[in-house]
Amino acid sequence: MGFTANSLGRDIPGSIDGRKLRPYAPAFPSCDVVQAEAAGAVPAPGPPRGQGATLRGSAGRGAPVKLATSWDELLDRVRLRDGMTISFHHHLRDGDAVINEAITRIAARGYKDLVLAPTALFPVHDRLVPLIESGVIARVEGSMNGAVGAACTRGAMRGVSILRSHGGRCRAVETGELHIDLAIIAAPTADSFGNANGLYGKSACGPLGYALPDSLHADEVVIITDNLVPYPCAPQSISGGRVDHVLAVDSIGDPSKIASGSTRLTRSPTQLLVAELAAAFAEAVGIIHEGFSFQAGAGGISLATVTRLAARMRSKGIHASFAHGGGTGILAGLLEEGLLGSIIDLQSFDLEAVRSCRENPRHLESDPFSSYGPHGLGSAASMLDLAILGATEIDLDFNVNVNTHSDGRLLHGIGGHQDAAAGASCCIVTVPGFRKRIPIIGEKVITVSCPGELVDAVVTERGIAINPRRGDLLALAKKAGLPVTGIGDLMREIQAITGIPEQPRFGDRVVALVEWRDGSVLDVVREVESPTGSDTTEGP
Amino acid sequence: MSGTYSAGTPSRSDCVASYRKGSGPLELRVESTISPLFDKAIRARALRVAQSFGATGILAIVDNGALDHVVAARTEAALVLAGLQTPLPPAWPQIQVPPGGSRNRLRRSRLYLPANQAELAVNSGLFGADCLILDLEDSVDEGRKLEARILARVLLSECRGFFGSSELAVRINCLDGPHASADLASIVPFAPHAIVLPKCESAELVHECDLEVTRLERDAGLPAGSILFMPIVETARGVMAALSIAAASPRCVTLGFGAEDFRRDLGVERQSDEGETAVARGLVALAARAAGVEAQDSVYPDLEDLAGLEASVRRAKALGFSGKGLIHPSQIEIVHRVFAPSPEDIQKARHVLAAMHAARIEGRGAVAIDGIMIDAPAFARASRILSLAGLAPEQHDGLQPVEA
Repeated sequence: MGFTANSLGRDIPGSIDGRKLRPYAPAFPSCDVVQAEAAGAVPAPGPPRGQGATLRGSAGRGAPVKLATSWDELLDRVRLRDGMTISFHHHLRDGDAVINEAITRIAARGYKDLVLAPTALFPVHDRLVPLIESGVIARVEGSMNGAVGAACTRGAMRGVSILRSHGGRCRAVETGELHIDLAIIAAPTADSFGNANGLYGKSACGPLGYALPDSLHADEVVIITDNLVPYPCAPQSISGGRVDHVLAVDSIGDPSKIASGSTRLTRSPTQLLVAELAAAFAEAVGIIHEGFSFQAGAGGISLATVTRLAARMRSKGIHASFAHGGGTGILAGLLEEGLLGSIIDLQSFDLEAVRSCRENPRHLESDPFSSYGPHGLGSAASMLDLAILGATEIDLDFNVNVNTHSDGRLLHGIGGHQDAAAGASCCIVTVPGFRKRIPIIGEKVITVSCPGELVDAVVTERGIAINPRRGDLLALAKKAGLPVTGIGDLMREIQAITGIPEQPRFGDRVVALVEWRDGSVLDVVREVESPTGSDTTEGP
Repeated sequence: MSGTYSAGTPSRSDCVASYRKGSGPLELRVESTISPLFDKAIRARALRVAQSFGATGILAIVDNGALDHVVAARTEAALVLAGLQTPLPPAWPQIQVPPGGSRNRLRRSRLYLPANQAELAVNSGLFGADCLILDLEDSVDEGRKLEARILARVLLSECRGFFGSSELAVRINCLDGPHASADLASIVPFAPHAIVLPKCESAELVHECDLEVTRLERDAGLPAGSILFMPIVETARGVMAALSIAAASPRCVTLGFGAEDFRRDLGVERQSDEGETAVARGLVALAARAAGVEAQDSVYPDLEDLAGLEASVRRAKALGFSGKGLIHPSQIEIVHRVFAPSPEDIQKARHVLAAMHAARIEGRGAVAIDGIMIDAPAFARASRILSLAGLAPEQHDGLQPVEA
């Protein structure tokens, strides 16, 4: 197959599985191109339903009968076939029981070559690996984590997988690039009509928004709930008018792993130092002003950075208009304290956030289109002043890798990284200089998950490297006396401590594509040759 | 496996080195949780250590992201445990002792680093502690004293950059115990700025320790008297002998109080206001003053209770202590803030120094402000206040780099 280099110098195949690929061009021109393309390419407006669309629901008068009494009855009703695409959301995180149950039951009926389209996977889904090896699952579109990603990297999947950001996935679902045949939506609370939310019930998870595009655009939609309430379920994060079938089960997951009681703040002095520097940087460049907005994840450094931002807001008497991204108890506390105007929440990380989302009208439940949609007329991400993001690796061009580990294995999804980086006015990546012995900054990242042109600063415990594109930030940070350094100097300082790691050996086979949020291809993931866990050698 | 000797832990950023004697060429096995990234580097370093011992048999490294110096220390420890003779270094390595040691430097915060926790040292210089203490004593299990001592020595000899501009001290085991002399022999040649002497009860032992350190300094080619002492009293006997202990050696720059062991010795419980140790603390502060050294307060053990820490530091400051032991970098900020002089103090100190300066230029000997004579102690106090406020350049009259 022929390869062409994209604007980041990454070799991209001309086509994969019969699909012509468009190499990534710089972030924003590329958006224009694709909008023009999409304007011509997308079929006429109206529900982009498959063949079954006209047959959906009840044809007669009165309440449609959607409730199935068992998994078997449900699977008798839905249209299953080899090669179909089945989607899931990840609101139940590591507590999810539905993905494994559904795929195992569909496999038991003899179906194969399935395309799995989850918004993310967790360690609990490691037990899908045998179904990958037996050919039940041919490939994944969306996000891969843990053992499923590792299986992909060692070439266990028949097809080439596609990694998309949350915004990119939403766009692909809307345009039909990711055509979902069957959406299976686990719902902590639902009625027999299919209205559903994640706010109530023993498996409450907070928002249910990741499932919204799937409910709107899939050919067939199933709700699985362990808390069937009388019609009408309220609120309706998923509208029953989009739902074909409802199944009540005893349990959709393990509540203790769906959301922890509260997210603990890190005690790692290194993480706290990075957080303090990140907040000092935000202050120095003038981001902490009345009405500013920010996004920070639930990782140790991100959460600590939020507390440091909050300390500065308190002492300056400043209020943020909103925080976006994943809800946490820490954000909920700031909302109640009055330091935050709103939380725009796509995913609750702890029970405090779930409670806040349920009770506080200023804690808004979001969805991937509203939060990250790349082709709408903006999104919550594009209203951000500051995005605080993480990384597995960063290179001298500020390209960020969040997908593959330094040993080449694909272990994480993109999440909202691309979308927040592309939307926010300022994007800073907060990382420790090294994890165990692995330096985080290298000459070239193994996989480009987010192009460096959108990464404004890298904050580590050993100093802050500012993208040369942002001379404005550089001048302000220097003026404030912050420890500013060049990214090359930072890399060398860290490598002087860790040494320079060996590069993993890659095979030729492309096992996954990394899409930019507009559908162009940022990079490819290649098979890793003999990823051994140990190494034995004779001495002299 | 009988006859196998192991050192190190499975913790993050550490490795376990296991060695079994045998005849024939050395067999080296390397496993790593971050394989294959540093497998070659690990093998190269472990081999270099093993070859210097002339080791034969089987050496296995099970790595969890250890840095190079940790691999070396754990390998050496496994070989020494197996009874292999430590090779004498061809010459004492030339250690570039960074500035940071100085009799009169600031010691508001003394952060303890358990010496056998491999991941702690590398970033320890980033947090701004005035003094870092590699601890070989209470934080190290009895069975791991040897491997901790070797890791501390390797840190001193090849990783001084980790400690930034902080003063670097080593807390050895107590002088009347079985480990102290081995600690000294191993640590002193690698020139820590200071040695912390725990559970001191007798001036005699401190004096003997001084003689031992002087001999070790001479053998290693270090300037005599360059390594400072920081004795700590942690028992009733120690507190009552505090003045003689602090005066037992000209190396002493501080006198510390250890509350945890003191309570145990006295058989009292910790009160929220630390009232049970108030008398002892007062005695230690007095003894330190009388001996012309700084009084250093005990650690505050509750990490979560920052308000309690602040109150404890305030009490210590009021009694005359000028520094506090710390167990976590998150305690540094509060300690520095409390020990910082008030704006009024700073203004007054500036006034005194300016008057002294003017008097010198005019050739006047005596200086008075508002009719009150400024004497030498007043001058010293003013300099110290500015230094505490971070406003005057520090003096470095301590160790010079060792000449080859």
